[in-house]
Amino acid sequence: MHGSRSRFLTIMISLGMAFFYIPMILLVIYSFNYSKLVPVWGGWSTRWYKVLFESADVWNAVSLSLKIAFVNATFATILGTLSALAMVRFGRFKGRTLFGGMLVAPLVMPEIITGLSLLVLFISMQQLFGWPSERGFTTITIAHITFSLAYVAVTVQARLTGMGEDLEEAAADLGAKPFKVLTAITLPRLTPALASGWLLAFTLSLDDLVIASFVTGPGANTLPILIFSRIRLGLRPDINALATMIILTVAVCVALAALIMYRQHKRDLLDQQMAKRGDS
Amino acid sequence: MESSNTDMPWLDRDNNKPFVEIRGLTKKFGDVTAVDNVDLEIYRGELFCLLGGSGCGKSTLLRMLAGFEFPESGSIIIEGTDMSSVPAYERPTNMMFQSYALFPHMSVEKNIAFGLQQDGMNKSEIADRVHEILKLVELQDFKKRKPQQLSGGQRQRVALARSLVKEPKLLLLDEPLAALDKKLRKQTQFELANIQEQVGVTFIVVTHDQEEAMTLSTRMAVMDAGRFKQIGTPTEIYEFPESRMVADFIGSANFIEGRVKEDGADHVLVETDMGEVYIDHGHAVVSGSKIWVAIRPEKISISKTPPAKAGPNQIQGIVDDIGYLGDTSIYKVLLENGQIVDVTSPNHIRPISRKHAITWEDKVYLNWAPSSAMLLNS
Repeated sequence: MHGSRSRFLTIMISLGMAFFYIPMILLVIYSFNYSKLVPVWGGWSTRWYKVLFESADVWNAVSLSLKIAFVNATFATILGTLSALAMVRFGRFKGRTLFGGMLVAPLVMPEIITGLSLLVLFISMQQLFGWPSERGFTTITIAHITFSLAYVAVTVQARLTGMGEDLEEAAADLGAKPFKVLTAITLPRLTPALASGWLLAFTLSLDDLVIASFVTGPGANTLPILIFSRIRLGLRPDINALATMIILTVAVCVALAALIMYRQHKRDLLDQQMAKRGDS
Repeated sequence: MESSNTDMPWLDRDNNKPFVEIRGLTKKFGDVTAVDNVDLEIYRGELFCLLGGSGCGKSTLLRMLAGFEFPESGSIIIEGTDMSSVPAYERPTNMMFQSYALFPHMSVEKNIAFGLQQDGMNKSEIADRVHEILKLVELQDFKKRKPQQLSGGQRQRVALARSLVKEPKLLLLDEPLAALDKKLRKQTQFELANIQEQVGVTFIVVTHDQEEAMTLSTRMAVMDAGRFKQIGTPTEIYEFPESRMVADFIGSANFIEGRVKEDGADHVLVETDMGEVYIDHGHAVVSGSKIWVAIRPEKISISKTPPAKAGPNQIQGIVDDIGYLGDTSIYKVLLENGQIVDVTSPNHIRPISRKHAITWEDKVYLNWAPSSAMLLNS
């Protein structure tokens, strides 16, 4: 009975995992395909990686995407953290419920609407003040900040609520003025949430196609825009190579994060042992 | 010569000015009144306990003293200065939190130095003060550790050191021992009182543990529903409670309802449905009025031999249940009228036969001294 159930579970998990990972494995294999036609196997080769590395378009897109993601993540983290602090630490101010609702609205707003409305905004601003004179890096970054900051705010808000106010009250009690409490106690305690909020905003920006397509201008292609425009002309082996590079980067990042978490866990265990010896 | 009341300044208000004065303090959270128009005077060097069940308003009162909550009305005056609207970081008070609230990203040393740094003290002086206070709480060897590398008892001492190092005029302690296990708590109670005596700082301690309040305090206030029920020394509160609530909250008591039969200058005689109760000291009571009598279980003697002559303060019953605690036993005695009276009796004779003299279903005679019964008006 028990044996058959565990076999059932094994089969189910294998099927599930296969569904997730076989597409990616296929992608990686096909990126090493010599043939110009993706579905036709032409033998192993790194030919498309060479094409990829020599393509200026791709590198421009990668660099634009990373720049946007970095600036976006940084601003979204600052603004999102400030809004979270307002929500959690400033008590009941007038309009708090409305503010809270509008803060998380971008999470549920369809991307098409966000993109379209921002495009309308940029165009009318251009007509009214002449800024932004052209769409590209600045407009995409602003658009990304508007929705990423909602994700950061939610992450930081959860952490702030979980932290409680004891430590901040203790600092104030010991004579620290509000700004000192923020820099010496609140922000250091928030570091994990700030880091994950920043990474989340970074990833969301790298990943975004829809909003960026709306607010971009001539010549400003982010990586997703580039990949999508090329894929429209049919599957291409150099895009497979690019995708493989992205998978590799993500895998390395995840492995690093796991290593850091493992180290932290070991340190916590050591601390606990030290603490236990204290009472005897 | 100094007045004879230096240990009890509250008895001599003409010569002693209160150090902390609370006047008509009220705090509401929405519709709930957490602290309801309370007045309190605390004198320099006192270890004052605020005792009460959860939600009685004791923590809110403490938080108002610290400056984390601001009152709707009333004032808090510390050494003559009104503090009611002064923010926490400018008050001459420090607080020790129930959770200790140690900064987890700082070492023990840095936690303690934090408060001194806010005052802009120079580094060598900070180092000296931190060293001194670590010696006081016996944690010199642990100064480089992080809070999470310390045991519960050590964390408690770091929290105490951190709140004392700024030499506050008033130290507020919120359930300082609640997070410790029972044995450590008992030991720490005395340590805390000793440290208070050494540093001479006025302490206000919030606790729900009556034993802790009794052991620590010079005076205590019993709080219920945002108000003080009674303020006094531990002895006053225990032996002279003013209400059923206080008598019941502090220790345990047998309550008997009765009617005043005689109201003399030096005694009161109360008639109850389990016999007459004679109290040999005067109380302001009205003859014929209904009244509550309370008798502490340890003030009642229990015996299997009937008393020599009949009189007041004597009842009889049957042992319904026994709680054997080793040092003492609790007897639940069922009276003829169906009421159960609790009696505690020290086991000062070792039962060689391995059987106690009084056991279940025994007929027993109870009596108490004329001074032991307490009269309660409410």
